[in-house]
Amino acid sequence: MKNFQLVKASSPQSAVAIIAKDTTSKFIAGGTNLVDLMKKSVSTPNKLIDVTGLELTKVEALHGKTRIGALAKNTQVAEDDSIKEKHPLLSLALAAGASQQIRNMATVGGNMMQRTRCPYFYNTDMPCNKREPKSGCGALKGYNRMHAIFGASDNCIAVHPSDMCVALSALDAVVFVEGPKGERQIKFTDFHKLPGNTPEKDNTLERNELIVAIEIPDNNFTKNVHYLKVRDRSSYAFALVSVAAALNIQNNIIQDARLAMGGVAHKPWRLVEAEAYLKGKPVTEANFNYAAQLAMKDAKGYGENTFKLKLAPNSIVEALTIAASKS
Amino acid sequence: MAKSTHNSHEGQQEGTNSRRDFIKKSGMLTALALAPPSFVVASENKWDEKLAGYFETVPLSIEVNGKMQSLQIEPRVTLLDLLREQMELTGTKKGCDHGQCGACTVHVDGTRVLSCLTLAVMQQGKKVTTIEGITSGKKLHPMQEAFIKHDGFQCGYCTPGQIMSGIACIKEGHANSKDEIREYMSGNICRCGAYSNIVNAIEEVKEGGKLS
Repeated sequence: MKNFQLVKASSPQSAVAIIAKDTTSKFIAGGTNLVDLMKKSVSTPNKLIDVTGLELTKVEALHGKTRIGALAKNTQVAEDDSIKEKHPLLSLALAAGASQQIRNMATVGGNMMQRTRCPYFYNTDMPCNKREPKSGCGALKGYNRMHAIFGASDNCIAVHPSDMCVALSALDAVVFVEGPKGERQIKFTDFHKLPGNTPEKDNTLERNELIVAIEIPDNNFTKNVHYLKVRDRSSYAFALVSVAAALNIQNNIIQDARLAMGGVAHKPWRLVEAEAYLKGKPVTEANFNYAAQLAMKDAKGYGENTFKLKLAPNSIVEALTIAASKS
Repeated sequence: MAKSTHNSHEGQQEGTNSRRDFIKKSGMLTALALAPPSFVVASENKWDEKLAGYFETVPLSIEVNGKMQSLQIEPRVTLLDLLREQMELTGTKKGCDHGQCGACTVHVDGTRVLSCLTLAVMQQGKKVTTIEGITSGKKLHPMQEAFIKHDGFQCGYCTPGQIMSGIACIKEGHANSKDEIREYMSGNICRCGAYSNIVNAIEEVKEGGKLS
């Protein structure tokens, strides 16, 4: 690993001021992804700004919303009593990600900022537009079994690896960031972006901005929720396809629905059309099947990952069926 | 079989020239023999020390297995490398070095973490417990006893990580069924496939109530 200088930030404002001065610096919190990327020379910062001393670790149930500090650990959020009661979908998604050791280290903000696990991104001998703009995409015609079926471009077909972010996308969370001009808010669904012509950028956060918190508005998705993660082994593997499903069911009628998928796009993939279709419909297998068909409308396979065109709709139906059956 | 394995480990530690010492010394001799002549001259003139000084080191105060340590380290040193290379606590194993196998699991302030993805410099004032620190004296920890009784290992390379993870798994309250143990131990890979015996060992320690 290339050596670097480490400085400790004393406040979000000072962290932002330090990063603004040095374009080769990066924030570090749990380090579970960044340290690995530095070992592989994919990331080579001259300076790391340690933000772990900042007081951004609380999970607070406020009036009409829940606020989660960016430095709250994944384990802490997954096992928080108010999260389990008000947003069980988030708790399920967090528990499906990584291992307990990594969840003990990883933070909410760091989870959002983690990079793709595309093998071409990790291998510095291979072309990758995300790591090295204009070098080409090795995955497009290469090993792409794990890759995107929605919203990809010829420049990049990588997927965002997070489970937590899939749930937060479904739950209409809002991201709070600190920047040189003060605090601003970003809708969670607008935080991560599609690759387009700039795959080197994973999200809409500016280089000199720091995530300080996320907020989830209260909702009625406290019972009929499920996070289905389909992967090569039953635990501790990235998703081939995952589905976050949340239903509000009254007298067998779906009052409201939230659906998002992981492992299928460069960002958590929200299924807005399927959600709209399910609203007001009775809980039936036919309705779930039709919603899944709507969700797959613009899907495209790239060879090795074409199996996802069948796996994804099946997973949507499965997740909805399990969610609806919870009592 | 388990008993004799244990005894031979003790024998190695008591000997004046242990296998580990031999490997370390022979490794250094090999490195010296393979080094270009100019490098050997450089090391005689202590240029290597001067070169090392080029890299900035920073002070670190850290408690390891109950002992406070004041060290000078490079910021890029992981907790795993600090333990193994600078403190000679080689019980914690380097498996993949990329957070995929769990062999390097240690406890920091009572929580299990991966030492290979932990920068030592960020652990200022923290309390680290490694496999060497889970018990004092010659008496084994209940989890070590259970691993021997249930044959929870073959080659033993993943075992320190498995034991550190298993102790934490019970203390966290995630060892209430075989399924739950399997899920919460999934970050520790065993290439020999001793999984069912590892689950049995953890389950027995949990049911024995010696850890809480």
